[in-house]
Amino acid sequence: MTLTLFLEQLFNGLQAGVTLFLVAAGLTLILGIMDFVFLAHGAQVMIGAYAAAAITAATGNFYIGVALAIPVTFASGYFLEYLIIRHLYQRDHMDQVLATFGLILFFNEAIRIGFGPAALFSNLPPSLSGFVEILPDTPYPTFRLVVIAIGLICALAIHIFVSRTRIGAVVRAGANNPEMTAALGINIKILFRLIFATGACLAGVAGMMLGPLTAVQPGMGEPLLILSLVVIIIGGIGSVRGAFIAAIIVGLVDTLGRIFLPSLLRLFFEQATADGAGPALASMLVYILMAVVLIFRPTGLFPAKV
Amino acid sequence: MKRNITIFAIILLIAGATALFLRSQQEASTVKIGYITTLSGGAGIIGKQMQNAVELAMVHKDRKLGGLDAEIIYADDQRKPDVAKQLANRLVKSDKVDVVAGVIWSNLLMAIHKPVTRSDTLLISSNAGPSPIAGNKCHENFFSMSWQNDQTPEAMGKHMQDAGVKSVYLMAPNYQAGKDMLAGVKRYYKGNVAGEVYTKLGQSDFQAELSSLRAAKPEATMIFQPGGMGINFVKQWKQAGMDKVSKLYTVFSVDGVSLPALKDSALGILGTQTWSPDLDNAINKKFVADYKAKHGAYPSFYAAQAYDTILAIDHAISKSGSTDTAKMRAALASGEIPTTRGNLKMNTNHFPIQNVYLREAVMDADGVVTTKVIETVFIDHADSYAVNCKF
Repeated sequence: MTLTLFLEQLFNGLQAGVTLFLVAAGLTLILGIMDFVFLAHGAQVMIGAYAAAAITAATGNFYIGVALAIPVTFASGYFLEYLIIRHLYQRDHMDQVLATFGLILFFNEAIRIGFGPAALFSNLPPSLSGFVEILPDTPYPTFRLVVIAIGLICALAIHIFVSRTRIGAVVRAGANNPEMTAALGINIKILFRLIFATGACLAGVAGMMLGPLTAVQPGMGEPLLILSLVVIIIGGIGSVRGAFIAAIIVGLVDTLGRIFLPSLLRLFFEQATADGAGPALASMLVYILMAVVLIFRPTGLFPAKV
Repeated sequence: MKRNITIFAIILLIAGATALFLRSQQEASTVKIGYITTLSGGAGIIGKQMQNAVELAMVHKDRKLGGLDAEIIYADDQRKPDVAKQLANRLVKSDKVDVVAGVIWSNLLMAIHKPVTRSDTLLISSNAGPSPIAGNKCHENFFSMSWQNDQTPEAMGKHMQDAGVKSVYLMAPNYQAGKDMLAGVKRYYKGNVAGEVYTKLGQSDFQAELSSLRAAKPEATMIFQPGGMGINFVKQWKQAGMDKVSKLYTVFSVDGVSLPALKDSALGILGTQTWSPDLDNAINKKFVADYKAKHGAYPSFYAAQAYDTILAIDHAISKSGSTDTAKMRAALASGEIPTTRGNLKMNTNHFPIQNVYLREAVMDADGVVTTKVIETVFIDHADSYAVNCKF
């Protein structure tokens, strides 16, 4: 185990965490500020990936594909809120779980009908498929660096938006006391709709970033949804800062656990046992982490100030 | 009075016998096949291709198998063993099918193996080939129209051994088939195993594993990552520039299911398989050409094996002249089944004895990426579990 390999794995963990943050950021706002349980967030990832892949295939240009896919995902979130979600705010959480679980099935089937069950072709543009030497003798794919950069830019933009701008103040006020905010003459319905659409858009961006890396197929967002629920529980529901830090922690724990746990176990057990238990234990690590956080900090590491 | 009762009894007997006779007539003139595969969820594409191939076979046979009208009942197992078991029971008990066929996944086949074979119904696998039912848990009513799980990776191991590969890094998902595959490779590869990594089933990002692999600098890397995982792995392998570090060998990862999503990024990747679209025989040529014409893409090995399954049922009925389980079983067990892989021989455990080829991903004349046979690794390769099988 060399130091460069360890640093490279830290970088891999950071990249995984940043992608996770893009999904979790929208979810934590929807869950924390709007008090709405939304399970179909993974579908927004899928919509983003499909929109980018389909437009890229049609125009032959990856950048146009992404540029046009962003408004598509924003619009999908906007209309989803308008058509379905807003009717569910007054219902209890169980109804919201059932309705949005139904949406997962609906979107997966709609994509299957529209694009077929096979994975879509999506690859990197030549300009992004090179390598950068991040450490001596360690070429790192350029596109993954771009993913990290976009994730960090989004995180910074959300942070400034929520804590430094007037609209951000209104969002926080709306979360704190929706009736009073509405009484002050602020259209809380439109505000929620825009938050929802922004969250969908962020998840869509995560999907666009994942498209060239992984298989673009129906249901591709679901594994991310489960992890991002873990992230917002660890980070504290409704806290963007918490979601960011928790996403990085989960990304690092998952990546480093996966890589180093099996070799660590080999020091104590024979190889067959270690090979069997290592990957199984590694995939449980983030959930163990979540359980530990829930025991000692039931409201998460950075509970939103309400 | 007594006479009346006698006449009445005779009439009843005649009526009953006629009904029985008519019923058996009706049964004999049609053949019913229950086809279990995964049509929904992420793996739905595999089941869809198999269904396409079964339908193509039915068109080629004019919807008659062995001269009898044939009916196929498709059942979606949703990739769940409990669902597969329910479906199998329904097909056997209420639909009263003559043959249950299909099944992609080893764990699902294990779940339905006992209920189907013990009900005196033939069970024909179009894909899964787990070792227990090839060995001591084998049953005479089961036939494989695919392979035993170990046959394909064994060929990969032999090829790497013959090619003089000094060190290899093995990677497979952490489940039974993954472990079987790597065990199969190691049965024939005797060089240095530089690493043996079990990834998460359904894993989408392999960057961390690739970083470790780069540091280990193995001469070759052998993966088993079926379906979407294969697409993810190969994409990321290319993007990380791993070709400069290690040579990639695959089993069940680069095929007709993943190639449309990989296109030219898969070019040059080697894998072993018992079938390839370019196998040179009349049945295969007709199958591949008609499948391409109808569905606009190359069939995968899953499709070819599904097609072969229907051909096998057709062969069994026409050779034995009946849909009686024992007679069809005898016809299949004697082998020489005409398939897309040529005339298939059957081992004593009812798994095929067949060639295993080394295939390379290449571009065809129309610019579509497909696979081509570049070497025959094994001729008439039998699985290693047949010795433990006693019916």
